[in-house]
Amino acid sequence: MLALSDTDKSVEAWQQFVKPGQVVGLKVNCLAGRGMSTSSALVEAVSERLQEAGISKENIIIWDRLNSDLERGGFRLSEKGSQVRCFGNDSSGFEQDLMTHGQVGSLVSRTLTRLCDVVINLPLLKDHGITGMTGALKNLFGAIHNPNKYHLNVGDPYIPDVWMLEPVRAKVRLNICEAITVQYHGGPSFMPGWTWDFDGLLVSKDPVALDYFGWQLIERKRREEGMQTLENEGRKPSYIETAADREHGIGNCNPDRIQLVEVNG
Amino acid sequence: MARDRQTLHTHDRNNLDVVRPSEFRNHSIDALPHQLEMARFDVGLEPGSECHFSRRIFLSGMSFGLLCGGLGGRSLTERGNGGSDEERYTLEASFYEKLPHKKIRCKLCPRECVIDDAERGYCGVRENRGGVYYSLVYARPCTTHIDPIEKKPFFHFLPGTMAFSMATAGCNVNCKFCQNWQISQARPEQIRSIYMPPERVADSARDSRCVSIAYTYSEPIVFYEFMRDTAKAARRKGVKSVVVTGGYIAQEPLKELCTLVDAIKVDLKAYSEDYYKNLVNGELRPVLDALVTMKEAGTWTELVYLVVPTLNDSDSELQGLVRWIKAELGPDVPLHFSRFYPQYLLKNLPPTPISTLERAKQIADAEGLHFVYIGNVPGHQAENTYCPGCGEIVIERTGYLIKTNKIRNGRCSGCDELIPGVWST
Repeated sequence: MLALSDTDKSVEAWQQFVKPGQVVGLKVNCLAGRGMSTSSALVEAVSERLQEAGISKENIIIWDRLNSDLERGGFRLSEKGSQVRCFGNDSSGFEQDLMTHGQVGSLVSRTLTRLCDVVINLPLLKDHGITGMTGALKNLFGAIHNPNKYHLNVGDPYIPDVWMLEPVRAKVRLNICEAITVQYHGGPSFMPGWTWDFDGLLVSKDPVALDYFGWQLIERKRREEGMQTLENEGRKPSYIETAADREHGIGNCNPDRIQLVEVNG
Repeated sequence: MARDRQTLHTHDRNNLDVVRPSEFRNHSIDALPHQLEMARFDVGLEPGSECHFSRRIFLSGMSFGLLCGGLGGRSLTERGNGGSDEERYTLEASFYEKLPHKKIRCKLCPRECVIDDAERGYCGVRENRGGVYYSLVYARPCTTHIDPIEKKPFFHFLPGTMAFSMATAGCNVNCKFCQNWQISQARPEQIRSIYMPPERVADSARDSRCVSIAYTYSEPIVFYEFMRDTAKAARRKGVKSVVVTGGYIAQEPLKELCTLVDAIKVDLKAYSEDYYKNLVNGELRPVLDALVTMKEAGTWTELVYLVVPTLNDSDSELQGLVRWIKAELGPDVPLHFSRFYPQYLLKNLPPTPISTLERAKQIADAEGLHFVYIGNVPGHQAENTYCPGCGEIVIERTGYLIKTNKIRNGRCSGCDELIPGVWST
């Protein structure tokens, strides 16, 4: 976080993204259950840093599609009280009015629209059998009611279009992608035989740059394993380039314009 | 006013689920002669004498409509059904193939989704659980109503009768003009449903004097197993089954379905693959193949073509459509050109001009189709059925009401011309 910010103080670094008194959502990804979900250790660490930055426990919401997803991912549900809260969209519900952008028309989770002031996106880096890979951009499919409609054409342009929905665009400030154990084939389900320990976190304000780098990591591993590229398998994640195009402008996927800072712990 | 008309005067996919009591209370009944039964089911107004069906049937239907209208009114903003309830709605799906690594390939519709463990198909109502594929909407209707069969629309299938109509969540396409998107594009746990197994649906239909059960509103293909078992139960009790569908179904399940149901109405959304790709998220070819299969199976079929201004209303497309129908299905299949109103994701177009619908009908008439109707335009003369032999009106309609029926034993009472259809139980 210090490397990402322009300060040498941890609290100040976090306060560049959140302010005391705000409600902060932590959008995790627990679809694949234990072994390939955002880890509770990472979530706890982020939660502690947020509290140091002035966010009270009850103003932190761990959040995903369904309560059952969160439980399978190892989280304990908690909708009320003075502790960190944790619940799925099935607890908070969806807005009644359709939100649209481009090819997407969806109802958006009330957790995002009403409860959270800021969202920190905590996805995993995974191969995906339909969309090529999944990282920061696709994780916000968990904020809409109908993600099953938007996997066509490797999710292009649906994934960027979801990101363009106003509450997503306005509230997601930071992306911390867990790449400790990375699935390089067979995803999005947990397939232990096709994982490797990258032992990293990918942190960026720019979800497009993050996904582009994650995609290259997966491709590099696939080459090492003698596998075809995602493009040759008909699932190049072209949505990453679309997210960077003039119409969307969500971020940058030109490697010449991505500054990669490696921080070794 | 256009908005009101859109809500009130449309056929089937523009139906009860989008009717809101407040919209009716702003209108006199005289101003809305075609929606009496629909309004009354939802808001409980007293029935009148205009309807063809009996007061007893009407009242039983009204009370049921009120019950389920309340249930169906739950919105996506509310919490889903909880935990153990889910199990009773779950049944292993038919028509799928197991793949390595606990993946499956769905074989119900031509999309053939390949689905990972814990994921769902495009329809959102069928889920892979550990390599076994399940329907999540078995015995799980999210809405039930009693409608005139004309509302589906079926014009050549037991006119003047009532259909016990139901739907679950889910659809295997995503039309940009869908008027029931609140249920068709939702997952089952996102909307309120009731537990209603097949035998109970059939009993309810029979007890409310409905001649048929209509699987409608969303897309019945995605609740295939529920529809199949309900149709079997209904047939045992002497109740017929009719399907209102987009026709995007694989051949094997379709052939089985044709043996179980009595009529199918297909929304043929365009005669262009581009339209299906860009506005429907589906394909035309499998729908055409399905129609041919229905004809070969001898299942009574009617077609609706929603005419969307500038998108599927060119002379060339309409001519291609009606030539294909005549060649592959014959001139006697009823074709309903239906009026579009802006909805859902397609709000930047005006309602279809009536002149466009009339042009479409002229093209179809000129090509030699015998039964071409104009829908969603109450009071239009093209709501009536004309005898292809003598040209006289054999069924006169106003909206969903049958004013006169001059068909006797399946023939025109004036000239004895055979009128294709299902006219008696």
